[in-house]
Amino acid sequence: MKPHEQDLFPPEWLQPAIRNTGDLHNTIERPYVSYWQDAWQRLRRNKLAMLGLVFLLALVSMAIFAPLFSPYSATAQDLRNQNLPPSALHWFGTDDLGRDVFTRTWQGARISLFVGFMAALIDFVIGVAYGGYSGLKGGKTDAVMMRIVEILYGLPYLLMVILLMVVMKPSLLTIIIALTITGWISMARIVRGQVLQLKNLEFVTASRTFGASPGRIIRKNLLPNTMGPIIVQMTLTVPSAIFAEAFLSFLGLGIQAPHASWGVMTNDALPVILSGDWWQLFFPALFISLTMFAFNVLGDGLQDALDPKLKK
Amino acid sequence: MKNYVIKRFLLMIGTIFIIASLTFILMHLIPGSPFEQDRQTSAAVQENLRAFHQLDQPLYIQYFSYLKSIATFNFGPSIASPDTTVNELIGRGFPVSFELGLWAIGIALVSGLVLGVMAALHHNGLLDHLCMGIAVLGISIPNFVLSTLLIQEFAVNLGWFPAATWRTPMHMVLPVAALATAPMAIIARLIRSSMLETLTQDYIKMARAKGLSPMRVVIRHALRNALMPVVTLLGTLMASILTGTFVIEKIFAIPGMGRYFIDSISTRDYPVIMGTTVFYSTILVFMLFLVDMAYCLLDPRIRLHHHKGQA
Repeated sequence: MKPHEQDLFPPEWLQPAIRNTGDLHNTIERPYVSYWQDAWQRLRRNKLAMLGLVFLLALVSMAIFAPLFSPYSATAQDLRNQNLPPSALHWFGTDDLGRDVFTRTWQGARISLFVGFMAALIDFVIGVAYGGYSGLKGGKTDAVMMRIVEILYGLPYLLMVILLMVVMKPSLLTIIIALTITGWISMARIVRGQVLQLKNLEFVTASRTFGASPGRIIRKNLLPNTMGPIIVQMTLTVPSAIFAEAFLSFLGLGIQAPHASWGVMTNDALPVILSGDWWQLFFPALFISLTMFAFNVLGDGLQDALDPKLKK
Repeated sequence: MKNYVIKRFLLMIGTIFIIASLTFILMHLIPGSPFEQDRQTSAAVQENLRAFHQLDQPLYIQYFSYLKSIATFNFGPSIASPDTTVNELIGRGFPVSFELGLWAIGIALVSGLVLGVMAALHHNGLLDHLCMGIAVLGISIPNFVLSTLLIQEFAVNLGWFPAATWRTPMHMVLPVAALATAPMAIIARLIRSSMLETLTQDYIKMARAKGLSPMRVVIRHALRNALMPVVTLLGTLMASILTGTFVIEKIFAIPGMGRYFIDSISTRDYPVIMGTTVFYSTILVFMLFLVDMAYCLLDPRIRLHHHKGQA
């Protein structure tokens, strides 16, 4: 070392580096925050999304408990108490067959939520399996699988669902089948796109070099990093499934009388709306709209929260 | 470009073929025959009817004559009302549905554009929250709920517009509004987010720096590029407008194709169901094709990409 360099750098700078353990200088100020904690922090700051979340939690608990504690049955008719306006006895009034609209509304909530969640869950399973396999495999397999998806994507979704509902006996199960037969396609496309982006990144190559099996790579590397878009897609599937159920039931192709679903109730209320019995239409319509609203704002919020790239 | 058009065209034919076949298979899985309603007719009459509609033939022969009828666009007579053909039903109903749909999509586009651009220009301001509030509401309220509310308020309570049927422009206001709301909301949200993205681009700063008027920057430079995502979405929007016409036509008693479709389902009128389904799907798939082509023409980057792909 030349002498003038020692003037430039004081001797303590030229000490060999030692690993700092617990040294004051190197402690990280901010506690470690995982991706999910970070996303939750972001979501919590979005008031509208939190409102949606709270509403949905309340809706789920009401759907579970309200029919249990209601003194009325959702399907039994009481012809002496037809078309009663809302009162202390019947909070949401009664319909043209004397059924309690309050009880029926929550029974309808059970059906709508069940259809929505099941559709999202099945879409998730099929979409992730199909899209993940296609993206990971690549090459010819991917080309063929995506051509199939492209053709299916061109199918008019509700038209096919309507046809299926005609063919199969109308029931809850049929609705869910009909909705998921075409519903998994967008999920598969999203998962495939993500997998294609991720699979050549260094950390995946690293774990492949360490000899990880394809299954392990999917579970440990790809899926956790795709979870954001998947969850957003699922939150948006739920309201569209709820809408589709209500739409089908409204056309008389969904849940059959005497069972209550929001679509059935809206359809039943149509003839009496002109005579001024507003409550029969108002409550199911209000809850369909509020539920769709809640899922939509929650989905938007999750999209912002889970995709840090969009962070302002 | 040419290869791409041909590829997309073949894909379109494939999709239509699959839809047609699926419809055929599904129709023949339906339990019950279309003649069960006429219980008074004798066995011989039923037999003749079946022969007339070729329902006594083996399935594959029915399938081929069905494919032929699609290729020649001749779907034969309806079963429920034998003196009208499916072609006549489509000819009668489609112009009405088309008018309804066209108004709805036009109004949805214009109002969605206005809402979206206003929201983007006042990002995070009061106007932004207001426009997006309207948009989220529009997505959340199902069209059948909205139409009943509109009838209740504007036809029954205020009496401004007629409640049903399809005769004068006044009759068209409520159904078109009910049908246009959801697509309008979707377009508004899309335009807002793509405008926000476009407004941060360098060429916008450049245009501003050149001293162009803000109006000109927004319309000529930002909006033109922000419109691209809307073009991709048009296909999906058409589909939602189309299925929307089913309920809207039912609620407002509009004599369009959607009503015939829903009626034919409940009466198991095979030729009408198959004819209308194939007709609807063909229109939709063709629209998707046109949208793809338009996208290709509008965005030089895509065209270039395909040229490279060919080389």
